[in-house]
Amino acid sequence: MTRWSRFNIISVALGFAFLYLPIVLLVVFSFNESRLVTVWAGFSTKWYVALFNNQGLMDAAWVTIRVALLSATVATVLGTMAALSLVRFTRFRGRMLFSGMVYAPLVMPEVITGLSLLLLFVAIGFDRGFWTVTLAHITLTMCFVAVVVQSRLLSFDRSVEEAALDLGATPLRTFFEVTLPIIAPAVFSGWVLAFTLSLDDLVIASFTSGPGATTLPMKIYSQVRLGVTPEINAACTLLIALVTVGVIIASIVTKRRELQRQRDEHAAFAGR
Amino acid sequence: MKSLGNIRRSFAPWADPDSKPFISFRNITKKFGDFTAVDNLTLDIYHREFFALLGASGCGKSTLLRMLAGFERPTSGEIILDGQDIAGIPPYRRPVNMMFQSYALFPHMTVESNIGFGLRQDGMPKAEIAERVKQMLKLVKLEQFAKRKPQQLSGGQRQRVALARSLAKRPKVLLLDEPLGALDKKLREETQFELMDLQQELGLTFVVVTHDQEEAMTMADRIAVMSHGKVIQVATPAEIYEAPNSRFVADFIGDVNILEGKVKAAGNGRVEIAGEDFTVRALGDTQLAMGASAGFAIRPEKLKISRTAPADATINASEGEIWDIAYLGDMTVFHVRLPSGKVVKTSMLNAQREVENPIGYDEKVWVSFAETGGVVLKD
Amino acid sequence: MTKLGSRIFSRLVIIVPYAWLLFFFLIPFVIVFRISLSTTAIAQPPYEPVFRLADGLAGIIDNIRQLSFDNFVWLTEDALYINAYLSSLKIAGISTFLTLLIAYPIAYGMAQAPRTWRPTLLMLVILPFWTSFLIRVYAWIAILKPEGLLNQLLISAGLINEPLIILNTNWAIYIGIVYSYLPFMILPIYSALEKMDHSLIEAAEDLGCPPISAFWKVTFPLSLAGVVAGCMLVFIPAVGEFVIPDLLGGSQTLMIGKTLWTEFNANRDWPVSAAVATVLLLILVVPIVFFQNMQAKAEERGK
Repeated sequence: MTRWSRFNIISVALGFAFLYLPIVLLVVFSFNESRLVTVWAGFSTKWYVALFNNQGLMDAAWVTIRVALLSATVATVLGTMAALSLVRFTRFRGRMLFSGMVYAPLVMPEVITGLSLLLLFVAIGFDRGFWTVTLAHITLTMCFVAVVVQSRLLSFDRSVEEAALDLGATPLRTFFEVTLPIIAPAVFSGWVLAFTLSLDDLVIASFTSGPGATTLPMKIYSQVRLGVTPEINAACTLLIALVTVGVIIASIVTKRRELQRQRDEHAAFAGR
Repeated sequence: MKSLGNIRRSFAPWADPDSKPFISFRNITKKFGDFTAVDNLTLDIYHREFFALLGASGCGKSTLLRMLAGFERPTSGEIILDGQDIAGIPPYRRPVNMMFQSYALFPHMTVESNIGFGLRQDGMPKAEIAERVKQMLKLVKLEQFAKRKPQQLSGGQRQRVALARSLAKRPKVLLLDEPLGALDKKLREETQFELMDLQQELGLTFVVVTHDQEEAMTMADRIAVMSHGKVIQVATPAEIYEAPNSRFVADFIGDVNILEGKVKAAGNGRVEIAGEDFTVRALGDTQLAMGASAGFAIRPEKLKISRTAPADATINASEGEIWDIAYLGDMTVFHVRLPSGKVVKTSMLNAQREVENPIGYDEKVWVSFAETGGVVLKD
Repeated sequence: MTKLGSRIFSRLVIIVPYAWLLFFFLIPFVIVFRISLSTTAIAQPPYEPVFRLADGLAGIIDNIRQLSFDNFVWLTEDALYINAYLSSLKIAGISTFLTLLIAYPIAYGMAQAPRTWRPTLLMLVILPFWTSFLIRVYAWIAILKPEGLLNQLLISAGLINEPLIILNTNWAIYIGIVYSYLPFMILPIYSALEKMDHSLIEAAEDLGCPPISAFWKVTFPLSLAGVVAGCMLVFIPAVGEFVIPDLLGGSQTLMIGKTLWTEFNANRDWPVSAAVATVLLLILVVPIVFFQNMQAKAEERGK
């Protein structure tokens, strides 16, 4: 434990302060009485009331959630397939191109992805709106799912699948009865990641969306450009709360699973 | 359980020209890119045999097993199982089951559903599956663990679940890939005998892959010693040990001294080899050419050491000096330095050792052996 | 039958995502390139010529004749674009370096933390990543404003008399990029450091190497793969960043992502914005290919 020196503690503490302070301030000022977000004038929840009465924001939130649910689900299926083909089929024509197309969107500037997708939709005469945003988000997020699932598949003990084949399960049944249940946690985290990315995206959505399909980030962005308001702080606080609750639930589940595993090991020793 | 010694002793189908092999590898070659894992290999395994493929890692033994299971396709050659060429049959249609080195238990299923997995694939009625699973659990003595997950079991219990799972479908052949590799030494020894009893009781053909020669010697009816994708020798454990057919096998199995020399005389069922320290006269192939170099392989326990010279000190005997002594509890190993500088190992059971005046360091001794003590190896 | 099913299934596993990415990722780039060779028109879509399958082969050939590199020439002639590219590269480079400076001690501290703490610390680094990017950038506006929280704090502490002008300068962009991309830098460095065997440092010190020099001679070289991966993950997207310069940098700052956005949305000059995107992509191809090679190698090692 001597390695956990004062220098290390200070650098980690300052790092986390830097990461969290802006978010904490944002949350605090969402409860500010005053319209100014920089001067504290007493506690109030009026901006939350105003938020729920803002039909435009509520509509945008609803669009965003629909896009995120649909795109995350399709992206999870496609991303899992992509991960499988990358890990399991080491040799097929155009594999280099394929893996390039999976990794490139991870670092591609969003303006380029957004612009190129928009030009595609225009070129094929697809009216922009809910569906184009969804398709764009599927394309982006499936690559993130693929990377998450791929790393799980790489640590996967192939002999478990061979055992299933050996016991008479066809490759298809092996996949659904053995492989999929085992990689399910990674597939689920892929889904959650895709969902949050879709929820979060501004640039690609701005390019590919059309009338009637304004997403929440687009709405927030257009209001932010007009000035910082506590109402936006309130909206952001709600989004943060949503994510935090999700992460806490996820970590409790993981923690419990870890405890279960320890109990299992204990039982295994006792059983000997 | 009653002793199965008598059945074992009389079991030798490979010696009977009329018996037909159950599994035949015919000119099997398997290449991975440029690497030849199995090289034009031909091998017969008989019904109800406990057969071991023994070799160092990378010798092709696992590839051979995986071809039998159907996970690898041979590059050329055929594999005949019970009269049928199975080279083109996918693993899930072969009447062969495998026990994996890692056990490969399904982590998301209970012990019960692991064992019943293969039966469910065959669409067996539920009641029958339950009955068979119960039977298998009883066989491996895990009845009270039916509802546990694999993670909740100890290593030995997991091994038995893997065994029960691979036996549940009553395969014609059971393949075992390093079945005891993950167990500790004590458990491994117990389990070796359990596996042998099980094999006799069920009347199945077992093919086991192992790198542990003791394990192979204990369990197998016959052993195939493999190296670089080829079978070097196929024989019973005793033959492999007593009469290795090559330097490789002699060296691979147990400890051995190889005395080098040139053929001086051959005839009358005996060969004489003149070496630096010994003139060896031993039983052997009389076709050897005069002057050809040859070796004589002899196990440490077949070399005798004594303070006094043997009756005929010119044949199968040499003087030497004690170089090192290793006390191993049940026996003592002496390293004796011969006049040429070569060091040979001899071992002596401590029950036979003189307690009063034991042979000590730097003592002059005589090393000698009987003419049946070892085998002549051609180069 | 089931065998056939399995074969079809395994083919589909490759074909479906492959076709999807070809259609929604690769083909769009071809289209971008094609449009960058067109000229602006007051029409819908606002460029000429437009490919129409109905025109047949002759139409397409005629089309190709009309294509020109005028937009690219235009980019080189107008200092605005060149400056925007250079300024983007400079801002991304400086931000990446600052991010590295801040992230390394944090990652190092985390890797030295007691084993039981590490998962929690790791989660704390990842957590901000889950909250909206836009929100995190937005939060800084209220802090950096002339009458914002940072200036209030510094003035009341008596450190400064006049408010610092940070918002709408490059400094605000650096802060925004460092803040938003910090987890991307911490994670790869942390995972490289965490894997390292501490006895290596002990061995170095045992052989007479003082701690600081042990750090530079052993620890840092071993974490270099993580450092490079982190820098790629920050630099490449930062070059094309739009939200941060737009919200924090004000109208003065030049970054190519913002220029592209303006060109496209405000000026409706699709061919020029397509040309801007093409050039940006060409600039980023080298680091992207480098990054992919690293990924592929990591994948190989994983096997």
